[in-house]
Amino acid sequence: MDKVISLTEKISFTPGESLLEISYLLASILFIVGLKMLSRPETARRGNIWAAIGMGIAILTTILFHRNSEGEPISNVGWILLAIAIGTGIGWLIAIRVKMTAMPQLVSFFNGMGGAAAALISLMEFPHISDNLIAQYGMLNGHVLAILLGLLIGSVSFAGSMVAFGKLDGKVKDIRSKVLRFVNIGLLAFLIGFIVYIMSLGEVDPQSIMPLIYVMFAVSLIYGVLFVMPIGGADMPVVISLLNSFTGIAAAMGGFLYENQAMLTGGILVGSAGMILTVLMCKAMNRSLTNVIIGAFGGGGAALENEEGSIKETSVSDAAIMMNYSRKVMIVPGYGLAVAKAQHLCHELDKQLEESGVEVKYAIHSVAGRMPGHMNVLLAEADVPYEKLLEGEEANEMIDDVDVVMVVGANDVVNPAAEDDPSSPVYGMPVIKARNAKNIVVLKRGMGKGYAGIENNLFFNDKTKMLFGDAKDTIQKLIDEVKDL
Amino acid sequence: MEEILTFFYVHREIIFIVALSIFLGIEVISNVPAVLHTPLMSGANAIHGVVIIGAIIVMGHADTFTAKALGFLAVILGTLNVVGGFVVTDRMLNMFKKKNKKSE
Repeated sequence: MDKVISLTEKISFTPGESLLEISYLLASILFIVGLKMLSRPETARRGNIWAAIGMGIAILTTILFHRNSEGEPISNVGWILLAIAIGTGIGWLIAIRVKMTAMPQLVSFFNGMGGAAAALISLMEFPHISDNLIAQYGMLNGHVLAILLGLLIGSVSFAGSMVAFGKLDGKVKDIRSKVLRFVNIGLLAFLIGFIVYIMSLGEVDPQSIMPLIYVMFAVSLIYGVLFVMPIGGADMPVVISLLNSFTGIAAAMGGFLYENQAMLTGGILVGSAGMILTVLMCKAMNRSLTNVIIGAFGGGGAALENEEGSIKETSVSDAAIMMNYSRKVMIVPGYGLAVAKAQHLCHELDKQLEESGVEVKYAIHSVAGRMPGHMNVLLAEADVPYEKLLEGEEANEMIDDVDVVMVVGANDVVNPAAEDDPSSPVYGMPVIKARNAKNIVVLKRGMGKGYAGIENNLFFNDKTKMLFGDAKDTIQKLIDEVKDL
Repeated sequence: MEEILTFFYVHREIIFIVALSIFLGIEVISNVPAVLHTPLMSGANAIHGVVIIGAIIVMGHADTFTAKALGFLAVILGTLNVVGGFVVTDRMLNMFKKKNKKSE
């Protein structure tokens, strides 16, 4: 015990500092356990709450016990609490109010906020790099590297997330050009060169090179915008996941800077988990990450040549009769359903059909909607029972027996080109084999191409009947027709 | 070369944490069903909101007006990330729970 006391005297610590580290340890453990629980359906919700508790503990103890290297406690507490209150209020409101269909945008938005916070921290910490450190190593030290990387990654993540948000919200259009690819590579090279340059400056006053840092901040923001610009809308989930992982790394840079274990573990954990999640998502869409980033998607006029027939329109009553007198109906929902907010009506139609003795199932492609799992959430919101939702493979196994497949606002996930047209950009992606069913009804707004901008042969198939119009209206009419039968 | 060795030695604990956390992250995430990709991404998104701690520290030691203003903004943004992230994730997962109850 004496030994411990003499030791503690030497490293001069206070009980508060120790409590702070303990709480960070606890927070880190809660993050890990929470994330683990989030990856299993039964425990996911609790996992999220546990991670949130960890976060709460870390925030609270930081305000109470944190001391900087000079031993000063946190000041401006009133302002900090006010900022937290404002952030909580706005964040809560947005999170509660926003429609479930707009969820992917929302994740992107919140991700951008984290990135921006990381970038701001770097901006503010740069002038305060300790003199001792600079006297000893010049600019070539870990703190400078952490600050600059935090600035770079945080800004890219912020700007990129905002563009992704705009794209998912339909406010920003894709810009594809070969030139942009070279510009992007150039910008990235410039930014890395810039970091190397600053670190090689030797012993300078960080305050005096702040203009350089602002230049780097601006260029990073531009790079973030241009990085996401050419990436096709269909790939946005992958990009958001990637940017999510970036923000994690930016947060970890802050952790390194402050030797803050909670930031470090939390950030790195998200950084690596986010990276794996990105790869998993790419796999689900059968795309490679490089392909997504370089943006090879959306070529595709080639599929048109294999056109098998012409478009056949049908009437609502014909479609209703056909479905009502089938044994098995399979609904393939896509983003169109989400846009039209037709998930509740869809369930209504399915109940009507079940009353007439029709077996109704939903075939959910893993990337239907805008994000993996998005469609499941939407249908769950409409109270569609879990057993009715089939995953792609299950659906394909029974699709030969299905009398009517009703495709609602889905396109790329039922595109047969994925199976038989090697020149198509979607070739090789697992799809729902709608054309194997006996009849196909496609609800669609118009003859526009799908999100990936590729022609779809399914619509020209002899078995396919098209029902043009807003999915919500059409389904409502179908319900009325089925009721009257 | 010597600088690198010194750097490693001085920061060895952090480097260990980083290396182990990377593997932990990979390990924790593998085998997640596609249905949970979105909520998981959203949950992870909330966790990197831990950057708010950095914002609090910066704000807590800010002395000039600019620093305070930027710090204030950083804390707001960080909080948005944390609160929005967790609440949205909870909302998504709530839907899953509802349907599980029905099927029981």
